Amino acid sequence: MQVVQADVVVIGAGGAGLRAAIAAAERDPRLRVALVSKVLPMRSHTVAAEGGAAGVTRGEDSLEHHFNDTVSGGDWLCDQDAVEYFVRHCTGELVQLENWGCPWSRQPDGRVNTRFFGGMSVQRTWFAADRSGFHILHTLFQTSLKYPSIKRYDEFFCAELLVDDGSVRGVLCICVATGEFVFMEAKSVVLATGGAGRVYRQNTNAGTVTGDGMGLAFRAGAPLRDMEFMQWHPTCLPGTGILMTEACRGEGATLVNKDGYRYLQDYGLGPLDPWPRAKAMELGPRDRLSQAFWHESRKGRTVATPQGPAVHLDLRHLGAKKIHERLPLITEAAKTFAGVDAIKQPIPVCPAVHYTMGGVHTNVRCETPLRGLYAAGECASVGIHGANRLGSNSLVEIVVFGKVAGESAAEHARSPVLKAVDLRKMAEQSEKSLTALLRNETGERLAVLRDEMRDSMEEGVGIYREARTIGATCAKLAELRGRYRRGVKLDDRSRAFNTEWLTTIELGFMLEVAEAMAHGALERRESRGAHMRIDFEARDDAGFLKHTLARHGGEGAPRIEHQPVTITKSQPKVRHYGGTGKQAVLS
Amino acid sequence: MKQIEIEVLRYHPETDQAPRYQSYEVPFTDDMSVLQGLQYIKDRLDGSLTFRWSCRMAICGSCGQMVNGVLKLGCETFLRDYHPGKIRVEPLSHFPIVRDLAIDQGDFLKKLESVKPYLIPRETPKGTHLQTPQQMDEYYQYSKCINCQLCYAACPQYGLNDKFTGPAAIALLHRYNADSRDGGKAERMQVLNAEDGVWGCTLVGYCSEVCPKEVDPARAVNQNKINSTKDYFLRFFRK
Repeated sequence: MQVVQADVVVIGAGGAGLRAAIAAAERDPRLRVALVSKVLPMRSHTVAAEGGAAGVTRGEDSLEHHFNDTVSGGDWLCDQDAVEYFVRHCTGELVQLENWGCPWSRQPDGRVNTRFFGGMSVQRTWFAADRSGFHILHTLFQTSLKYPSIKRYDEFFCAELLVDDGSVRGVLCICVATGEFVFMEAKSVVLATGGAGRVYRQNTNAGTVTGDGMGLAFRAGAPLRDMEFMQWHPTCLPGTGILMTEACRGEGATLVNKDGYRYLQDYGLGPLDPWPRAKAMELGPRDRLSQAFWHESRKGRTVATPQGPAVHLDLRHLGAKKIHERLPLITEAAKTFAGVDAIKQPIPVCPAVHYTMGGVHTNVRCETPLRGLYAAGECASVGIHGANRLGSNSLVEIVVFGKVAGESAAEHARSPVLKAVDLRKMAEQSEKSLTALLRNETGERLAVLRDEMRDSMEEGVGIYREARTIGATCAKLAELRGRYRRGVKLDDRSRAFNTEWLTTIELGFMLEVAEAMAHGALERRESRGAHMRIDFEARDDAGFLKHTLARHGGEGAPRIEHQPVTITKSQPKVRHYGGTGKQAVLS
Repeated sequence: MKQIEIEVLRYHPETDQAPRYQSYEVPFTDDMSVLQGLQYIKDRLDGSLTFRWSCRMAICGSCGQMVNGVLKLGCETFLRDYHPGKIRVEPLSHFPIVRDLAIDQGDFLKKLESVKPYLIPRETPKGTHLQTPQQMDEYYQYSKCINCQLCYAACPQYGLNDKFTGPAAIALLHRYNADSRDGGKAERMQVLNAEDGVWGCTLVGYCSEVCPKEVDPARAVNQNKINSTKDYFLRFFRK
């Protein structure tokens, strides 16, 4: 087994991981930073983010407004100290990206332009056409090449965190090309591995979004927080789940049902004005819009497509010029993947799983409860999204908290070395159990277990859920974990570039992360944000204004505990959308 | 359900002396891509088939392949367009094969790194730089490259001489040189002026033809032949 010595190991090279690596390198150029990713950095799922990133710039806007939109958007489950830190640092980080070359779209006078987004009271979303994530990711990757202390390990799969006495001491990786194990000894480890949307069938996520970092931390003893809050993006292509950005609606697109009726007015998002209104109708938050779709579908007012029920996202009135300038990527995608010309026809769309609001619990310094372990971005739960994330908060979260995680990790790496333990022995133990997966003589096909998991999550822990369906999914997941332990039989027993083997390890993470989601959903007997219980329709602040903490239960179900929410200045109120919003003047 | 034959190049470094082909019968619907065809094989028929993929919406650049000899992203190429004929899927040409359809990306990454693909600012602004939409137009198309490497597989020069910096890297170099915020042109000219810089190109232009994102690397290369020539003559005047 090869051994690598590093000071800071960053797992994941999407936006958060790259920003963390750069921050660590800038904090102290003498630190050896290892940037580990199971794919090339530019393949990371940040690349697929479209709409933009929030940062206060306009005269009529304020940090207060961004704070209030975020906290009410999160249905008061946000940790307000984290939101305060976040909104203060958003614009600075977006300016930093600009200074590194990010091609933000501009106003005619050369200043950065902004657009409206759902649930935001003011135009504050910075965008690079509808390729915002793509440009952020490539800017960060290319900028990272300036720092000689960052050593990349492209296509290295992280399979285990090595923890001794509550401190993380390193990671065990598999070099994808050769299948060989590499033990990376490190003082600090940053998890920046993204979400877990692939535990569902219909999702907007890349194939890599399998909750690895959540699974790694969970097994190592760090709790996962608020995992029952999964975001459905309301406008995705039926079947594939390919994302049609919220920026369509930010630019003025409308949503209509099979009768051509703007149905959102029936779900507390009206009135229907002759002009767009901030936080109303199509500019409402994602949880409300996806829930409205669910009701429309039950009323039989959706459009039938071969891939399932849909509504129509209509861009036609924006005109060809604006569509090509502001929304080129989704126009191309609608054409290629749905055969629809968005300039001439409405696009059939439906909700699909998009974003994991929960994650590895961290404080505002990105510290997890394990010493030396940090997390940032979608894999983390730092507390800014609460029960429902607002669009364009996550693309800026990855840079704001990616930087914090990198700096915290760098600081920790300069602290004295811990006592010597035989880490190599620990690593060899893990290696044995991982290679055993290659030798199962009996067992089921990987895809069978994976598909049953996805279907059960859709069925039991969907947009609306209730004790009966969630309970059935919990039982199913326990059964699947049992079958997984009894053996997945691989066609591929070799070591070099064995993606079947690596996917099996990923499935192990996914089953455990899915269990945290399902059990969290079962225990939360209220409806809040993206967690809608048919059997408990109302928000219950007396009983459930608290975070869910899931602790790993070994081969059994996770233990569910709770934790208070940090409230600094905004006491829980009723969430208002629709008529309360001001008129939106689209630029 | 309709069926299509997918023939895939196979090569395993631990057991194969040379590449071979293997055929699979795949049932498909009209909305299925070549990538989904390969995924069907991996899930149901043969878990050892190896290929890269990720976003499945033509933005991550993972799934560049040769489909019936033509360079494509597997995720945006559809089985229906080949039926009732068969499909042959092969790895990108000009690169060493790691396994099956997965090629070695190491050389490409070195080329990208060699062009200093980051802003070397003219000045440090307070806040953001000003840059008009017209100034953005000068470089924006070159910033859309997804690093899929189809252009390297298309480039006959790269096939003959892998020292050639190549289309995507030169397009990226040009992306920064043409950015009004950048002041690093002089540093990057050394890469361009070298024998394996722009002068390696023989103007075939197939790189731009296969580019799935209309980056037009051939235009960037030839724009920089002009720049390189100017730079060459200007050096005499500066002496």
